[in-house]
Amino acid sequence: MSTQYQPFLLRMLGNSRWTGYAISVIFLCILIPVLNLVVPEGSLLHVSNYTVSIGGKILCYAMVALAMDLIWGYTGILSLGHGLFFALGGYACGMYLMRQVGVDGVYHSNLPDFMVFLDWKTYPWYWTGTEHFLVAMLLVVAVPGILAFVFGWFAFRSRIKGVYFSIITQALTYAFMLFFFRNETGFGGNNGFTDFKRLLGIPIATPEMRMFLFALSGLTLLLMLWMSRCIVDSKFGRVLTAIRDAESRVMFSGYNPLHYKLAIWTLSAMMCGVAGALYVPQVGIINPGEMSTANSIEIAIWVAVGGRGTLIGPLLGAAFVTGMKSWFTATFPEYWLYFLGLLFIVATLYLPDGVMGLAKKLKGKLL
Amino acid sequence: MISDNFTGSQATGGSHLLQPGVLDSSHGVVLYLEDITVSFDGFRALNKLSFSVDVGELRCIIGPNGAGKTTMMDVITGKTRPDSGSVFFGQTLDLSRMTEPQIAQAGIGRKFQKPTVFEQHTVFENLELALKTDKRIWHSLFGKLKGEERDSIHEILSTIALLEKTNTRAGLLSHGQKQWLEIGMLLAQQPLLLLLDEPVAGMTDQETERTAELLNTLAGKHSIVVVEHDMDFVASIARKVTVLHEGSVLAEGDMNKVQNDEKVIEVYLGR
Repeated sequence: MSTQYQPFLLRMLGNSRWTGYAISVIFLCILIPVLNLVVPEGSLLHVSNYTVSIGGKILCYAMVALAMDLIWGYTGILSLGHGLFFALGGYACGMYLMRQVGVDGVYHSNLPDFMVFLDWKTYPWYWTGTEHFLVAMLLVVAVPGILAFVFGWFAFRSRIKGVYFSIITQALTYAFMLFFFRNETGFGGNNGFTDFKRLLGIPIATPEMRMFLFALSGLTLLLMLWMSRCIVDSKFGRVLTAIRDAESRVMFSGYNPLHYKLAIWTLSAMMCGVAGALYVPQVGIINPGEMSTANSIEIAIWVAVGGRGTLIGPLLGAAFVTGMKSWFTATFPEYWLYFLGLLFIVATLYLPDGVMGLAKKLKGKLL
Repeated sequence: MISDNFTGSQATGGSHLLQPGVLDSSHGVVLYLEDITVSFDGFRALNKLSFSVDVGELRCIIGPNGAGKTTMMDVITGKTRPDSGSVFFGQTLDLSRMTEPQIAQAGIGRKFQKPTVFEQHTVFENLELALKTDKRIWHSLFGKLKGEERDSIHEILSTIALLEKTNTRAGLLSHGQKQWLEIGMLLAQQPLLLLLDEPVAGMTDQETERTAELLNTLAGKHSIVVVEHDMDFVASIARKVTVLHEGSVLAEGDMNKVQNDEKVIEVYLGR
């Protein structure tokens, strides 16, 4: 009872979840920047630029894993095309970054180099407005959102489920990859967008900018985590799990599963779009390879390894698999895909609830 | 939105306007099927099936396997569209034009043959999800459970004897308890018409007896249609029995009459 009279901030700190958020914010926005920018190189505590860039990538991947978990872990709909929404968000952000290059390209033209190469004189109509930051940021969520909504409307209305749905999403991302590979599509063909110079007029390749994008990714991830927590703890979240477990009972209880699936599916796609938009300025490139089917399958593996239906699990899964990937591809690159396959088999056979399920089991045994 | 004005009991005769989209059972009939035909790949699951259920009635439907009992339930709840014929809820609601959630919101609850509850949710959450309320996304996201809703959940919990299992995951319940939870979920929907597909399958004798008691108390407040194989159970609850055979009504009447019907004996005993 006494907790009621404590000030709001103290009460928040008493709650372990809020403490977790607070520690994460301090870690991402103060500790890492200081260790990277202030602590001199060569010191034991120095965090290298390489670590920061991998960390930033992992934060973006973690957002995608979270989005995937909402639709797969909680709603039971396995998408094997989430890489597409991530890439589309990335491309929308990339369009703005290409505009920011201005006349500093190889050909010193107002147009991006690949358009000069195609002998185009003006921007195509669908580039309209992308020089404005806010328009581009709107596209980052609107393009994946609208595509997901339209696709989901037809798929869910036709009651396409299970493996059939997964295969169609896989085909969708593959079709988009082929479409983006064409030079005439107007998104740089197989080279995509790269050689970014500025963001909001500020040079992009400085340590400060890198640190800013890293911290921004961290905060965005925490915001998404909090939002997802609110969703799964609400009755809306319980309806989603109910759809996963017994959809016919949900219908005969008076809920329209179409609306619920469509809402979470569209939200999930928009989260991926945001992740893609934060990813592109950090890695400095976006190309159609991001839409490859293998990428989307890898997203599913992150979630399976981390633990479906828990919010923290997929974040750990994304970090673990991405960490392993950068180590493997540096040490024995040719074995990475074998390892990934093995990981998926082991997770499916022995860890149906992923790392989080294992942790729960161990905790149960110890106590 | 489909409102659920249940005018049946208050109607005092005389004329009134028929409002489309509003349930009107003032003529004493809550469910009305006429000449319903459903075929799957040339096989007629239902063949010009006609029958009606009165307000407050408890009706049992029996029939050998493949008689079309489950298909009939599918037609009433919107899962299967009839090839021809009409199916009305009250006088005004054409069920063949409504979706499953719309039919559920209009006031028809259905229990499946195999108990279907949300196994990962607690017993309380199962009832909360079934509870009659705004079932749209916005309300689910931001709505809070009201005090009286909590009370009515507890009332149902004691009716179905699961008060001690309030916070147990539904997947951990016994088969009979799951059957009861599903019946409780139907009650939480406050339906006018309950469709129960084999409600006592897999129950112990004692549980069966208690279920019969429960259904007897519910009849009158709700209209109930029960599909069942267990003849003793049917005898203990039924006032009127409909026998289905090859997709149409073979006989109808009280238990005694039906049991002595020549055609029924022939179908059941294969003479």
